[in-house]
Amino acid sequence: MQRSMAYERHLNLEATELRLGLPGSDEAPEKTSTTPSARSNKRASPEISEESRSKGSSSLSSEVENCEGETAPPAKEQIVGWPPIRSYRKNCLQPRKNDRVDGAGMYVKVSVDGAPYLRKIDLKVYKSYPELLEALEDMFKLTIGEYSEKEGYNGSDFAPTYEDKDGDWMLVGDVPWDMFISTCKRLRIMRGSSEARGFGC
Amino acid sequence: MITNKKPRSSDTDSNYMRDDRTEMSEEDDRSPPSDSIANGSCLTRTCTPGSGSGSGSGSSSIPEYAAPYPDRVLENVLENVLWFLTSRKDRNAASLVCRSWYRVEAMTRSDLFIGNCYAVSPERATSRFTRVRSVTLKGKPRFADFNLMPPNWGAHFAPWVSATAKAYPWLEKIHLKRMSVTDDDLDLLAESFSGFKELVLVCCDGFGTSGLAAVASKCRQLKVLDLIESEVSDDEVDWIMCFPDTETCLESLIFDCVECLVDFDALERLVVRSPSLKKLRLNRFVSIGQLYRLMVRAPQLTHLGTGSFSPSEDVAQGELELDYVSAFAACKSLVCLSGFREIVPDCLPAIYPVCANLTSLNFSYANISAEQLKPIISNCHKLQTFWVLDSICDEGLQAVATTCKELRELRVFPFDAREDIEGPVSEVGLQAISEGCRKLQSILYFCQRMTNAAVIAMSKNCPDLVVFRLCIMGRHRPDHVTGKPMDEGFGAIVMNCKKLTRLAVSGLLTDTAFAYIGKYGKIVRTLSVAFAGDSDMGLKYVLEGCPRLQKLEIRDSPFGDTALLSGLHHYYNMRFLWMSACRLSHQGCQQIAQALPHLVVEVIKHEDVVHMDDYADTLYMYRSLAGRRHDVPQFVSIL
Repeated sequence: MQRSMAYERHLNLEATELRLGLPGSDEAPEKTSTTPSARSNKRASPEISEESRSKGSSSLSSEVENCEGETAPPAKEQIVGWPPIRSYRKNCLQPRKNDRVDGAGMYVKVSVDGAPYLRKIDLKVYKSYPELLEALEDMFKLTIGEYSEKEGYNGSDFAPTYEDKDGDWMLVGDVPWDMFISTCKRLRIMRGSSEARGFGC
Repeated sequence: MITNKKPRSSDTDSNYMRDDRTEMSEEDDRSPPSDSIANGSCLTRTCTPGSGSGSGSGSSSIPEYAAPYPDRVLENVLENVLWFLTSRKDRNAASLVCRSWYRVEAMTRSDLFIGNCYAVSPERATSRFTRVRSVTLKGKPRFADFNLMPPNWGAHFAPWVSATAKAYPWLEKIHLKRMSVTDDDLDLLAESFSGFKELVLVCCDGFGTSGLAAVASKCRQLKVLDLIESEVSDDEVDWIMCFPDTETCLESLIFDCVECLVDFDALERLVVRSPSLKKLRLNRFVSIGQLYRLMVRAPQLTHLGTGSFSPSEDVAQGELELDYVSAFAACKSLVCLSGFREIVPDCLPAIYPVCANLTSLNFSYANISAEQLKPIISNCHKLQTFWVLDSICDEGLQAVATTCKELRELRVFPFDAREDIEGPVSEVGLQAISEGCRKLQSILYFCQRMTNAAVIAMSKNCPDLVVFRLCIMGRHRPDHVTGKPMDEGFGAIVMNCKKLTRLAVSGLLTDTAFAYIGKYGKIVRTLSVAFAGDSDMGLKYVLEGCPRLQKLEIRDSPFGDTALLSGLHHYYNMRFLWMSACRLSHQGCQQIAQALPHLVVEVIKHEDVVHMDDYADTLYMYRSLAGRRHDVPQFVSIL
């Protein structure tokens, strides 16, 4: 598959070019060798076909040149109805809006012992524990204290904890930030010396 | 060379020898089908064919019997016998024996199957068959599922529902596939059939929850409401609430494709008052906690679609602490499990108690890994049908092959349906399945790479294969080990699998593959071709070699007019032919239309395709007694 890899690398270069137009829109249609020459495109999706029609003839000829040397380069353009999967199924398998790992933010509930209602924060906004803790302190007007591996959070009555995907309650700060982000389901800031101390022993 | 226009056995009213349809049976009896024939009381039935005296019903038949015509006795006997004949093929054959048999068969057919809704008009069908209890209709061709057909092409249920409403007021069952159904149609259905029992809509669209509400509220005898892969619009009517408050007859309620919220409390109450409910498939808006509540109400279920199988966002701890394992354990009759639409893999172990009994498991919406699958599948010894996502990888398929020795049907769907990525399943998985699941009858396998060797292995290891559908997603992909076309693999399939009736091919294929199909695929009925072949010879091999071919769908392949013309001898024997983005011209299609007057030849224009005048982008043609249809949209021309 060297040829296809080479072709893909080639495509990537083009894709990073700054220009007007949809990404991937000037790849030549794949099967110019097998379709009647009368056809200008190959059932490409509407946006792409419009793009290729609007381009000047010079770019079209260069596309043809590219194509001639290749035997079956995988084209990146969307072919209608291929692979033959019903759109219902395709749509179902897209990540949903409430999915954890997409670009739209990762909101988790935060409760504080004694507070009348919960808040929600977007974990993706923060890059590290100190940032997160500072934000929590700010939001709830409390002091959390310093993290130490041995003693948990010293210096205050509050200890930040989180529920992980196994349903266990963990102390915030023990695992690397990225792991925390992917396993944290909700936050709870525990209060009260005896409970908070429980983590330290 | 057209040798024979007479059609072979088929599932539509295709009796071309009897062109004179004006002769209606004088026994145009509109009474409901009689149930009381079992006692052999043919002499006293109310539905004896009228002997022209007009006193056909009700009265004692002794006066009639005293002076019967010999063929009347024969017809009575025949009628009794034919009630028991259920197979369509047999009935079609019986109807060809003579006029008498034709009449009696028409009177005794209770299940009407129309494989192409445009092959016959509703009026014609309802006038021939007078005592139908169940109607099955199929509309659009399969490639319409993949957006290859513009919307509003046709296949409207409306003319059928109004014809059957008049002809069969006692109708009990309607089964539709790929039809356009409107809310008005559903309302008319609900109003017209007082004893209506079963509605099954597969891959249909055009209706919404208000249509469902009409059915739910008015069909008091409803046993089955199955919505399968259909598009249902959200009219903001809670149709679940429209079922009557009393105990229902519901046995099957399938709505996993309905993309709108239902009122859960109403659903729970409905389940409680439906003691006969055996099949329940929930949509993805039902959380796992809600599922639990329904399962404890309905432990008698045999088929369960689990909905999202994840906790709802808002409910707190409670949902996670419910004892799902015992809820599943209580469902001792559960044999078919599906759903898992938004699965949280941690919840999977809950289904362990039912694994050993499962005959059908659908994980095709569950993005699970091989590791997550193994503990489940290792208990599924009785599994016969398994649908899954390729997220389980070849390793997961190997686990399936190790345990599921009874597997008859396997479908492996792609999680990521793009063309040029490194796929998680390959020839390794296929090979493993072929070695472990020797009783395999049907396979649908999506992959990125494949080898001839694995396909050949499957052809030898799985001799019972009836359906072989391999989709190598990259177009024109050769055997990735040898670099050769996939001809030998598919050739081996048609050669070695003597029971094969359905085949879908993919990958790099030359005309040789089609030569194999034509030579060995003598009982192939359905063939799907995409991006394959070199020349007209490919299609010719198939059209000349496969006498049983009924449904042929081809896209993006270099077959032209010459190839099309080589099938003239066969087209009346087929349900349909679809060819899109091939090399057909209007002229070529015109020649076919002129040669075969009972064929409807549709040429469909697509907006996004620029073409020269004579080029025919999409050809869809089918035999028909009804002639050109009257509901043709402007983008279709009928030649």
